[in-house]
Amino acid sequence: MPLYQVSDWLLDIAFILYVLSSVVFIVAMTGKNWAGRDPKQHEIKFGRIAYWMAVIGFIAQTGYVITRWIAGGHSPTSNMFEFMAFLDYCIILAYLIIYRIYKLTVIGAFVLPLGVIMLAYSYVFPKEITPLIPSLQSYWLHIHVTTAALGEGILAVGFAAGLMYLILTIPQKVATKSTRWLEIVLAVVLMLVGFIAMESTFARMDQKTVFEMTQPSTTPTGQASPQKVEYTLPAIVAPANSTIMKEGPMSPWFTAPEWMEGKDAARKLNTMIWSVISGVVLYGGLRLIFRKRLAAAIQPSLEGIDPDLVDEISYRAISIGYPVFTLGALIFAMIWAHEAWGRFWGWDPKEVWALIVWLFYSAYLHLRLSRGWIGAKSAWMSVIGFVIILITLVVVNLVIAGLHSYAGV
Amino acid sequence: MNKKNRIYVRVAILGLLLVALVFALYSSFVKDPNAVKVGSTAPNFSLEQLHGSDLALDDLKGKGVVLNFWGTWCEPCKAEMPALQKKYETYKDKGLVVVGVNIGESPITIEPFINQFGIDFPILLDRKSQITKLYRIGPIPTTFFISPEGKVEEIFIGQLNEAMIASKVEKILP
Amino acid sequence: MDQRKCECGHTNPVGTLLCESCGKPLDIELVEQKEFPDMRYEGMARRSQTYTTRIVDRVWNTFSSVKIAIWIIVVILVASGLGTIFPQQQFIPVPVPTELDVERFYTDTYGVLGTIYYQLGMHNMYSSWWFVTLLVMLGTSLIICSLDRVIPLYKALNKPRLNQHKSFLKGQKLYAEAPKPADRSEQELLEQTAQALKKKGYYLFQTDRALLAEKGRFSRWGPYINHIGLILFLIGVLMRSLPGFHLDEYVWVREGETVPIPETPYYVKNVAYKTEYYTEEEMPQKLDLNGGAIAKSYQTDAILYLNRNADIPGAKPDLVEVKSGPIIVNHPMKHESIYLYQSGFQEMQLGALNFTLLDVKNGNKEIGPIKLDLYNPERDIQVAEGYKVRVLDYFPDFAMGKDGKPITQTNLPKNPMFAMEIVSERDAINEKVVYLEGSILTQKNDAQFGLKISMPDLIDITGLNVRTDKALPLVWVGSFIFMIGVVMGFFWQHRRIWIQFQDGNILIAGHTNKNWFGLRKEVEGMVQQTNLSVTLEDKSKV
Repeated sequence: MPLYQVSDWLLDIAFILYVLSSVVFIVAMTGKNWAGRDPKQHEIKFGRIAYWMAVIGFIAQTGYVITRWIAGGHSPTSNMFEFMAFLDYCIILAYLIIYRIYKLTVIGAFVLPLGVIMLAYSYVFPKEITPLIPSLQSYWLHIHVTTAALGEGILAVGFAAGLMYLILTIPQKVATKSTRWLEIVLAVVLMLVGFIAMESTFARMDQKTVFEMTQPSTTPTGQASPQKVEYTLPAIVAPANSTIMKEGPMSPWFTAPEWMEGKDAARKLNTMIWSVISGVVLYGGLRLIFRKRLAAAIQPSLEGIDPDLVDEISYRAISIGYPVFTLGALIFAMIWAHEAWGRFWGWDPKEVWALIVWLFYSAYLHLRLSRGWIGAKSAWMSVIGFVIILITLVVVNLVIAGLHSYAGV
Repeated sequence: MNKKNRIYVRVAILGLLLVALVFALYSSFVKDPNAVKVGSTAPNFSLEQLHGSDLALDDLKGKGVVLNFWGTWCEPCKAEMPALQKKYETYKDKGLVVVGVNIGESPITIEPFINQFGIDFPILLDRKSQITKLYRIGPIPTTFFISPEGKVEEIFIGQLNEAMIASKVEKILP
Repeated sequence: MDQRKCECGHTNPVGTLLCESCGKPLDIELVEQKEFPDMRYEGMARRSQTYTTRIVDRVWNTFSSVKIAIWIIVVILVASGLGTIFPQQQFIPVPVPTELDVERFYTDTYGVLGTIYYQLGMHNMYSSWWFVTLLVMLGTSLIICSLDRVIPLYKALNKPRLNQHKSFLKGQKLYAEAPKPADRSEQELLEQTAQALKKKGYYLFQTDRALLAEKGRFSRWGPYINHIGLILFLIGVLMRSLPGFHLDEYVWVREGETVPIPETPYYVKNVAYKTEYYTEEEMPQKLDLNGGAIAKSYQTDAILYLNRNADIPGAKPDLVEVKSGPIIVNHPMKHESIYLYQSGFQEMQLGALNFTLLDVKNGNKEIGPIKLDLYNPERDIQVAEGYKVRVLDYFPDFAMGKDGKPITQTNLPKNPMFAMEIVSERDAINEKVVYLEGSILTQKNDAQFGLKISMPDLIDITGLNVRTDKALPLVWVGSFIFMIGVVMGFFWQHRRIWIQFQDGNILIAGHTNKNWFGLRKEVEGMVQQTNLSVTLEDKSKV
């Protein structure tokens, strides 16, 4: 059996374990108040089961990383699938470290579902092991990308704790600006869930829409070849200057503006629209079921947790993640950029966004250390910070073309 | 630290930072400090002539120099050639030299072109476009009017006619 | 100048929050309130807060404010983001030779928004005067904020706060007060707690009634060290603008050609260029590439020469080899401060045309080969004994001019046209032939000689990026110092624990600049080890 298949299986095993762990974590939290139970005992018992599931999942994913590294001959960080899976690996790793320090079960109930979403997101991308193109053939690929991912993973735990702090502390009796924004954050998370669900469903149904661009592309050898764009999801937006070759489940409503760069830009826009729609539908459905704000529905499960501790965990994660991120996403990136392109900084969009993330967390730290922004303000910033990271990882590849656009959906 | 020292230290630090700001702004405005500008000294160079030995710009000190960058593929260059030749003939005895720098072409391509217009001013071969880069030539034709002292008096991008050449040359005659 | 005298007798400068000597909060109201001054700078007065009359002082004060620093960070952050909405001029994918083309690109591609973007100068935002000013302001703020805080902090930390006022201890977030256990003396208790804390790695400061245990004080210097790193980094960036510190040139080199590198005394020769593709066996997994291929490497074998005659541009070069070897993506060639990067290629370009001269009237007998170099054609080519070819005209990129005469559109051999004369001295024949677009046109219908077209020489042209960045060491040193600073500041914490006896009670207080969870565990551990019956209260719960 080829090694890459083993690695695929190991990743699937890890995925299933993360899902199970998430479920058990949620049971640990919500089941506290079930009749006939000692809440403390319940939480400890189920929390421990969930934690060990996460640990085994993590070991399986470690196996995936190792086998894929051997099979491919390079660290599994060379395309979008590998990067997202690796980021997920780092999030789980960061969680395990933070758990060892603070032993707070409920953190898992937030981080593990985040891990599941990230891993599911990686499954959306093509999974084949591709050989390294010349520009990626450098040991800095391993060093830069893995360190940057680790930094982002630790910051993600800071986000999970920050979000938890907000759900825990924002009063849900009356509607305020805070409750509204919190619902928006949750809705955005659901958009990601919706997108993943849509993408995997339609990929299985094989209902592709295919467009042909009127402008042919030129291959490296100088021949013109017709350019095709394939949509997995039903087409709402058609690419500019294209004709439909194969009809999908629906005909497009409108055409993407021409300024969107690259042949895949319209497909990305289409994906984005579907994500928003499915997220809104999911959110609406949940609101109908609970008949209250989502945060209000979650809040009772968090009862009895010390908000200060959650605040500190969020801050601790960020203060550990910040140096790692700086090292991986900026300093190592600059060294590699110098080796590859001869300039350590070139204001490429991806570089700029890494800088934005760094500036944002710098502002966070100054506000917290020097201006006493702790608690809710700090938690909001940790949430915004993670949103900026996601923009850097996803939107920059999606909308803005640059030197880093080697992969993307 | 007493009050007086304090103010000196602050002035010194702020002054240094101000210098840094001015320097940063200056270098963001002036992208290319080595560019050949009006008023600067024309950088010396030496190139092989189409007919004859090497010619260095410094050899022409004491004469007004019209330095014309051109190529046979460029229509306006072609169009202004007769005017350059004519003015060269007019001012030759008054101490003017017209120098045509051909950009990266082979003598076989250049010769029929030169013969076609009866050009007899020196034609230099910039086979590796070195001088073209040195003078930061963008679109051609580009013509430099250089004084007998070697100073760039004017830079003109585009096609020249006789009247324009005449008026510009007046400024650089020795 | 107004100075504050504490009840302990110490005189503090204006702006002091906690008495430099005994730690008692200095504002009377504060003592009554629950709110205890922040421990950030040990309650020391910052110099800048005290003087506001002169302009220099005012500017200084403005930049010494962390609030202003955060605003500068936020403005840079937002501006940086705006700069990525549309590509910067340097990333425009099509050639834009003039400013007008640049403007047209933004208007045509992005519509009205693009026009506005261009007119605001956002297409060159990162080198615009205001963005550069912002960066210098950030540097200014870094320097002044650090200077303003590090000196008083140094003074404060240098003198451990051992004998502190009760209100100081009470003001700490972690605080406990309990009756002294009757079975042990103060001495005994201090000794026991000191032992317990020493095991945890604390430094101890003691009198017979009080104990201060401290560890990780050096982590307080972390922020200032990382700021020094950032300042060095920014100086490095600034230094790149100094003449000679930075070079960025691009040269296209044909195989076999040696070209000068602009602005340097160096020449580079392209010995050979090749692109390699992965074979199917090399791929870890079978891929459907739709007939395409994945590149494995782009490589130029190059020789770098130094021109010893570089003083006069254009003069005949006198080259000496200084370095030779491959230039591969990610593996530049390095010589002193010059780096050569593989960054482009044009493969299978016409290099020379090949013909065979035929004696048509003699049963197409082959006389000999003819090679026409497209970049540097020879005037006369000796084909064989008594046979010669003379090139009359050469148009590298042939087209018909408006006046009906042949012209060349560029100086690149994209569509070469040759007019030649075949001279046979033996037969005293003189025939003209023309090569154009893959065919031979002869002057006469029954020509003696003909040309057979053979495979042309195809060459690869490599694009090399040549760079120098002499400020780089400073950039790396700055980055390294920054990392040391943040690691010091974030991975260690400054923890202090006070133990005192007052009025028959034992007072325990703890302070840390971060990670209260860790400090609390240590204090709890100490309480347990020494069998004290105290409960720690946590102020933040209020």
